[in-house]
Amino acid sequence: MKIVVCIKQVPDTKGGVKFNPDGTLDRGAMLTIMNPDDKAGLEAALRLKDQYGAEVTVVTMGLPKAEEVLREALAMGADNGILVTDRVLGGADTWATSTTVAGAIRNLEYDLIITGRQAIDGDTAQVGPQISEHLDIPVISYAQDIKVEGDSVIVERQYEDRYHVVKAKMPCLITALSELNEPRYMTPGGIFDAYKKELTVWGRADLKDVDDANLGLKGSPTKIAKASDKVRKGAGEKVTLDPDESVSYIVDKLKVKHVI
Amino acid sequence: MNLEEYKGVYVFAQQVDNEISSIAFELLGKAKDLAKDLSTDVTAVLIGSDVKGLADQLAEYGADKVIVVDDPELKDYRTEPYAHALSSVINKYKPEIMLVGATAIGRDLGPRVSARVATGLTADCTVLEIGDFPLQAVPGQEQLHNQLLMTRPAFGGNTIATIACPYNRPQMATVRAGVMQKIEPIKGAKAVVEEFNPGFTPDNKYVEILDIVKSVVETVDIMDAKILVSGGRGVGSPENFKILEDLAAVLGGTVSCSRAVVDSGWKPKDLQVGQTGKTVRPNVYFAIGISGAIQHVAGMEESDIIVAINKDADAPIFDVADYGVVGDLNKIVPKLTEALKAEIAAAK
Repeated sequence: MKIVVCIKQVPDTKGGVKFNPDGTLDRGAMLTIMNPDDKAGLEAALRLKDQYGAEVTVVTMGLPKAEEVLREALAMGADNGILVTDRVLGGADTWATSTTVAGAIRNLEYDLIITGRQAIDGDTAQVGPQISEHLDIPVISYAQDIKVEGDSVIVERQYEDRYHVVKAKMPCLITALSELNEPRYMTPGGIFDAYKKELTVWGRADLKDVDDANLGLKGSPTKIAKASDKVRKGAGEKVTLDPDESVSYIVDKLKVKHVI
Repeated sequence: MNLEEYKGVYVFAQQVDNEISSIAFELLGKAKDLAKDLSTDVTAVLIGSDVKGLADQLAEYGADKVIVVDDPELKDYRTEPYAHALSSVINKYKPEIMLVGATAIGRDLGPRVSARVATGLTADCTVLEIGDFPLQAVPGQEQLHNQLLMTRPAFGGNTIATIACPYNRPQMATVRAGVMQKIEPIKGAKAVVEEFNPGFTPDNKYVEILDIVKSVVETVDIMDAKILVSGGRGVGSPENFKILEDLAAVLGGTVSCSRAVVDSGWKPKDLQVGQTGKTVRPNVYFAIGISGAIQHVAGMEESDIIVAINKDADAPIFDVADYGVVGDLNKIVPKLTEALKAEIAAAK
């Protein structure tokens, strides 16, 4: 079985969010990580590899620095890493990004493509389903469990108040939730090997069946009209009192606000 | 693409088990505002099996027209037949704006459809308005009027971006549940109902649903609650949520929780507030033993009054709380419940 996993390098917003004195986001001070949902997707692929045997190829689109997440993926146990990077691909929205990644994947053989549900920087959850549309294969989003049975996958697909057990013929694309599993750690041997391994680097010319008009900033149908760091509502009062005083304090406030 | 051909504000009227989801009514409320600014009308697209009878409800909440795609293949949500239905409607009727709820269905359907009809899609919008693009006139660039300006949080709620889709149609957005306001339903309102079936032929993209497992917990929708008593990991154990339930009961409120609580298996996912849970804006939000990770705050900061109780004086929840109390929730919450009980009894 051949599995392609799409991963993204993202700024670490979890715990590591840094602010400037004026309350805006200090991006320069933030570390980068492999997007958590993508890491869960990679872990799911590696478990399928452990269980059934599979060749796992990770693909990322980004700046040359994104090589770091490919190395991490190799150290976790992925077999091949492909970096798609080119100046003309910059500024892409989800449409142009999915067009690019689909163009890269067309060069590969695959039974299964796994992406994370969403990246923690954009939070759109669009690129996975859009890749599947460009490749004309089924998509199962929000996977909380993945099994392989013959030429099909059986997936638990999460909704707000239920889940569906869904069966799809491969090839198909699955988007993974970070709740899916606890990703494994890199092993020292894995890290050593990962840095010896050669990565494949592809540019615009290597994308298959892709029109220039659909790439990068120019090929993005959505345009940013305005972007700003969010101005948060300021903090209110904060008191440290003994429990009885704390209770009176809260009751008084609820009275003033006519809640009671 | 002749942009002039595209007219009208369309809403995907999500239904589950032949019951219209609240998000559909919220979208209709917003669509009515947008349609007024554009001097056009509002169309709901109702997709399912045996759903035609639901059209009147959509009319009561503001739909001028309802397009019904009714087919047995559409009984339970599956990406392909629904994507085929909605993209066929778009190709035939050419809407100017297409709104979809940012639900577990809409966030799957939206991207698939936008890729099929080759247009942009802005995810998880919190503000929609009609305006100019660019916002200010730029020399050498034509300023377009009557554009849909879609505002959304990104970066876990740390940044806000306003996005336009000036050269493609329809302008598509998914919209977060609980953000837009429904209108007061107009009893007896009728819409023009039109049936349309593009034909459904199963192919490799039609998945098979083997089983549907519904969450057994019957709970009040936390998005409708006026008072929420929300607990985090600091509550300590699933059993200890009892003290939060007691507090909620006195105030006629509902218990909700943070992601950490769901991840620990203490509470079901439908009670989760935050970026990957629900967006709530009750009159009062009690954050009890919740540190206030940015992802949590994104889902509750619009609450009218936020009361936080946390033993860590540096917890980020105090940065958004109106009233912050540093202290032990185990000592404060039960006493607070008793005190409120006494106050309410005295007021009667």
